[in-house]
Amino acid sequence: MAAVLESLLREEVSVAAAVRWIARSAQSSEDDPGEAAALRSLRPLRKEFVPFLLNFLREQSSRVLPQGPPTPAKAPGSSAALPGRPGGPSRGGRGARSQLFPPAEPSSAAAAEAPPARRGGRRRGPGPGRERGGRGPGGLEEGVGGESPPWAAGRRRRSSGSPGSPGRARSDPPNLSNLEEFPPVGSLPPGPAGTKPSRRINPTPVSEERSLSKPKTCFTSPPISCVPSSQPSVPDTSPWGHGLPPGCRSLQEEREMLRKERSKHLQQSPTPACPTSESGSPLPSRTGNLTAEAADPARVSSRQRLELIALIYSSCIAENLVPNLFLELFFILQLLTARRMVAAKDSDLEPTPGAPDSLESPLFQSVHDCVFFAVQVLEHQFDKGTLKLLAENERLLCFSPALQGRLKAAYEGSVAKVSLAMPPSAQAVSFQPETDNRANFSSDRAFHTFKKQRDVFFEVLREWEDRHEEPGWDFEKGLGSRIRAMMGQLSAACSHSHFVRLFQKQLLQMCQSPGGTGGTVLGEAPDVLNMLGADKLGRLRRLQERLVAPQSSGGPCPPPTFPGCQGFFRDFILSASSFQFNQHLMDSLSLKIRELNSLALPQPEPSDEDGESDVDWQGERRQFAVVLLSLRLLAKFLGFVAFLPYRGPEPPPTRELQDSILALRSQVPPALDVRALLQQGLRARRAVLTVPWLVEFLSLADHIVPLLDYYRSIFVVLLHLHRSLVLSKESEGEMCFLNKLLLLAVLGWLFQIPTVPEDLFFLEEGQLDAFEVDTVPSEHGLDGMPVVDQHLLYTCCPYIGELRKLLASWVSGSSGRSGGFVRKITPTTTTTGLGAQPPHTTQGLQAQLAQAFFHNQPPSLRRTVEFVAERIGSNCVKHIKATLVADLVHQAESLLREQLVMQGQDGGDPAQLLEILCSQLCPHGAQALTRGREFCQKKSPGAVRALLPEETPAAVLSSAENIAVGLATEKACAWLSANITALIRREVKAAVSRTLRAQGPEPAARGERRGCSRACEHHAPLPSHLISEIKDVLSLAVGPRDPEEGISLDHLEQLLGQLGQTLQCRQFLCPPAEQHLAKCSVDLASLLVADQIPVLGPPAPRGLERGQARRLLHLLLSLWKDGFQVPVPLQLLLSPRNVGLLADTRPREWDLLLFLLRELVEKGLMGRPEIEACLGSLRDAQWPKDFSEELATLFNLFLAEPPMPEPQLRACELVQTNRGTVLAQS
Amino acid sequence: MILTKAQYDEIAQCLVSVPPTRQSLRKLKQTFPSQSQATLLSIFSQEYQKHIKRTHAKHHTSEAIETYYQRYLNGVGRNGSAPVLLELANEIATEVDYAPSLMARIILERFLQDHEETPPSKSVINSMLRDPSQIPDGVLANQVYQCIVNDCCYGPLVDCIKHAIGHEHEVLLRDLLLEKNLSFLDEDQLRAKGYDKTPDFILQVPVAVEGHIIHWIESKASFGDECSHHAYLHDQFWSYWNRDDCNQAEIQNSKKLKKACL
Repeated sequence: MAAVLESLLREEVSVAAAVRWIARSAQSSEDDPGEAAALRSLRPLRKEFVPFLLNFLREQSSRVLPQGPPTPAKAPGSSAALPGRPGGPSRGGRGARSQLFPPAEPSSAAAAEAPPARRGGRRRGPGPGRERGGRGPGGLEEGVGGESPPWAAGRRRRSSGSPGSPGRARSDPPNLSNLEEFPPVGSLPPGPAGTKPSRRINPTPVSEERSLSKPKTCFTSPPISCVPSSQPSVPDTSPWGHGLPPGCRSLQEEREMLRKERSKHLQQSPTPACPTSESGSPLPSRTGNLTAEAADPARVSSRQRLELIALIYSSCIAENLVPNLFLELFFILQLLTARRMVAAKDSDLEPTPGAPDSLESPLFQSVHDCVFFAVQVLEHQFDKGTLKLLAENERLLCFSPALQGRLKAAYEGSVAKVSLAMPPSAQAVSFQPETDNRANFSSDRAFHTFKKQRDVFFEVLREWEDRHEEPGWDFEKGLGSRIRAMMGQLSAACSHSHFVRLFQKQLLQMCQSPGGTGGTVLGEAPDVLNMLGADKLGRLRRLQERLVAPQSSGGPCPPPTFPGCQGFFRDFILSASSFQFNQHLMDSLSLKIRELNSLALPQPEPSDEDGESDVDWQGERRQFAVVLLSLRLLAKFLGFVAFLPYRGPEPPPTRELQDSILALRSQVPPALDVRALLQQGLRARRAVLTVPWLVEFLSLADHIVPLLDYYRSIFVVLLHLHRSLVLSKESEGEMCFLNKLLLLAVLGWLFQIPTVPEDLFFLEEGQLDAFEVDTVPSEHGLDGMPVVDQHLLYTCCPYIGELRKLLASWVSGSSGRSGGFVRKITPTTTTTGLGAQPPHTTQGLQAQLAQAFFHNQPPSLRRTVEFVAERIGSNCVKHIKATLVADLVHQAESLLREQLVMQGQDGGDPAQLLEILCSQLCPHGAQALTRGREFCQKKSPGAVRALLPEETPAAVLSSAENIAVGLATEKACAWLSANITALIRREVKAAVSRTLRAQGPEPAARGERRGCSRACEHHAPLPSHLISEIKDVLSLAVGPRDPEEGISLDHLEQLLGQLGQTLQCRQFLCPPAEQHLAKCSVDLASLLVADQIPVLGPPAPRGLERGQARRLLHLLLSLWKDGFQVPVPLQLLLSPRNVGLLADTRPREWDLLLFLLRELVEKGLMGRPEIEACLGSLRDAQWPKDFSEELATLFNLFLAEPPMPEPQLRACELVQTNRGTVLAQS
Repeated sequence: MILTKAQYDEIAQCLVSVPPTRQSLRKLKQTFPSQSQATLLSIFSQEYQKHIKRTHAKHHTSEAIETYYQRYLNGVGRNGSAPVLLELANEIATEVDYAPSLMARIILERFLQDHEETPPSKSVINSMLRDPSQIPDGVLANQVYQCIVNDCCYGPLVDCIKHAIGHEHEVLLRDLLLEKNLSFLDEDQLRAKGYDKTPDFILQVPVAVEGHIIHWIESKASFGDECSHHAYLHDQFWSYWNRDDCNQAEIQNSKKLKKACL
């Protein structure tokens, strides 16, 4: 493995090629042959590379991130082990690495030092393999009792692990930056079996046998640098010992060298700075003196090497080759916020002269190196949640001002607000008449028994709420017998199902929020709250948020737990230990999961793209969140109950035992066919809903489960999904960013659960490909919709918040001092730097009151009120848009028109105009809120009244009305205040461009356009019919035609009359049709002039008489003048083609043309110069000689006429005489 | 106008290998006096279009174009005022049998290739077909014009007639809806709301016609034969269905309405 890294460092292989190599098994054609060859030889190691890289980085950073206090508690043999600390000579890195990779030799060595099987809960236990886990100092044993918070428990019981720890842990304030080592106090009780702190990834088993008992390597935390003393004796069978450069041939060899090196070192430098004292005696007063060392870019050593490794590391992250994205980010942030180097004093830090670029020298020689590396990686990776804190980190500024700039920009653009506060949870499930009345029970007795049970259940619940936080109170002792007595009374199956329904409802009601604290958040001391007054309530909430939230998770990768009131339900199940109850519960949970999972979640309307649908969409997103959280909760409990009988602290110790268990378990059908549901979900593109709850379900599986074929195939599908969710890929039809992030987070978390075998993640691709999921891209999948928001993400994955806490602790500088993340409480004012929040003053109490009100009413009342509020709120926005905004747009239009009149037609820069208008109009948007409030006030009560039963008591009715008004107003005003300005802007912008366009090119033509008169009944012939008729005439005239074919004169006249009517009516006329009519009429005129129209008549078709032709031309002329509203292409009359028609007639008739030209001029249809130009160009065409002569004569004649229009009579006479001349000439 | 399938088949039968001319249409009218000219023309046009679609390719091979052009040149060489081009197109004996307007386009393109330096752009060709006066050669201009006015199935004039019919029927339909007091959204309103594909009208309150629920109406203003139903269904109707969530019945129904409009 190291060979790969080294060849990268030596630049024999490019990073891109290496990443391709890791990500795909197939040889890529893009690879340079040389690189390919270099990599091919390392092929068998490919899948081990990522684990190697991760381990390598952690090991390298161990000296810099000593936050996990270098406690002796780590391992019993830690002091003996210190030689391995990388703080030592430069070769230390190597030595440490050899530990990070759990010695491939499995059980024998491990057995010597630690319990034989480490897979299970013992993983935390003392022992060499365990060290990597690094979760807690040695003795963090599972809270098997389940009562105590795991971390607290860990502290209390630390003695069980190692002798040194208890004192340390108590006297030293825990070191915050390392959640793994020192998880926050007060985390909630973990499940009895779920307490494993998670994480270790094993570098692929060399053989199947090994995977069973191999100690785990853990990525999570800063690696512990202590080498257990037993390690060196482990015979080396390291899988990567082969095919590597001689330098790293065998671990054994390395260890030997190390040992020599170490002893040399010890002899040379007996100074206190030596590693021994470093790790042996933890920094004496961490509290006081741990100030951060200033990081300096100039002091970064081996910059190029760091850059390279950062690049390959971030490529791995980007390609989802690491099991847990957030874990890696956490690690990076740890590096970024490293306070100071532990062992690194200048004497140690001198760069090893010989091999600066090999792996031999420690990667991180100083804080500067760490920060440099972290910043390098961050430049490739972007996390949105913690932008501000990142941006404020001064180290970033000095190492990469550009990155900081981008962060700032991203922060300003980000509207995601994350509140860790939980909504107050409701109290008891109210009586449900539909299911709880007598008719649903087999007998009176059963009915009454159930009544009693209901009471007992709530009594137990209340007692738990009151007492579970008291020290020394024990669930089993306090409530166990009462619960069992109650369960004993549930004899009939139907009673069980009733009770299960109650249980499940209560579970959903109390625990939907992850840390559901049982309704006692603010309820404990109502008097105090009242004294505080509503005004301070919001502040109190925030304060509480800060106090409570940081403790709710343990590190970036906490084991599955049952926080808050979930603990009650878990303990209830355990204490009841009733088979019937469990079975009924599983049935019920499965049913509900199926039901919710297939719930058709509403889609946003594609049509309503103007933003007001946001209002509705918000509600739908909330509904998605509720469904998702419910599903996760149900699935978690289903997993808990379903795997309860098989749960044990450890995996079976031997292969044989495991095989027999496998054989047995493989025939047990799954409690719920989750594989089918998963496949269904993927196919329907609903992974964003299905996967999170499936992960919850699987997280509670026992150790055997992942080995069962059925579940293994599920893991493979999930793995495949994980790989495919590359965040940077944003394509059409792809998943939304936050959806992906949620899936990555939950999957990453799942892969870190102790019960999930670590080799699973680094499965060979061959196996992966075999399980290709056919995702038929359907248009309406949930995956493509932005259903997940920041808040939901943090709710589902509270551990993501660890990133933020880590940074916050850096900012507040409290990491060493206050014993927890962000424990320092600074007075806050209502306006924080992050933007003014609307004051939540009375809302808290009001909301609680409303909650209580609804609780006692039938659920339909609540639905009605919420529905009314929802609709009225949405309507309010629409109303404002149609009234206020429309008015403003009108104003904008008239203002714009004034402006245009003032400035002349061009009016200036449109963008500038828009700015002016907006600055004038946007302030009026403020009215929207008052108007919106009025609207809601006016409309909501009526709607509520209409929807509720007539008999609703007046008080209930008025409360319901008031709540509806409040909710609707809140909804509408929230949207309006956020969007009104943008809305006005958008509408005004549209209006401006509309007006400017209208101002555009041909205002005159537009203005003149007329419709038909009011009296018109639209009986005129249809334009299509006319075009068709005229076309027939034209085709007849142009020929070819049968000898008997012709047109009657009447028909022609009638046609022109119809054309006149159609041009009058215009009801059916569209511009293209009119244009064609105009052109056809011109063609017709040309044919008339050329006497080409065959008129039917006794005896045979003949030409028109001149008078008839002239009459028809007159008709056409008046149509051209008054009928058409589109330009008529009159110049075509003088086109060579139309004039050429005359050439064919014998004798040639020029007088009609001359007549037409004169009429055109007279009616003002064409100007003389225009006609002259046309005639002029006619002469250029090629004609028969005689024809051009005649044409010239016509031209002269036309020119000879006086330019002034003359009275019609005289014109006619002239025509007569002229005609004579023309004829004479021809 | 609703035709039975048998009636339709009978008409279509008469249209095999008939040139798309005034004369053909006149004969058709004489054969089926009970049908309106519009119906007959629409059926004629559709049948002829099917024929053209089938044979289109063979007229566009370079050999075919060359043959046609040579025959045209020979023809006008003999007599420039004879309907050379039109007869060339309608020649059934030699199996040319192509729409005159389309033949005119082929010859015009070929002609321009000879006489212009750069190959003519499509818009230039279209513009010349719309207004043959722009064609530099007077004889060709006349020939082209003759083809266009004689072609009753293709060409700019026919296109315009079709477009006008479509527009007129939309107006008629709108009037009908207004008259019946049915509230609707028209295409422009729908587009303003952001629909990408829109039917002519969406009824804001669905109506029932002959037992089928109707959500929207699309006027195709052409005869609805099986083939065009199929094509429209594919190109438009399913898209509407995807967007408007209506049932298939109304697709069937829109056909009837559409025919009724003709």
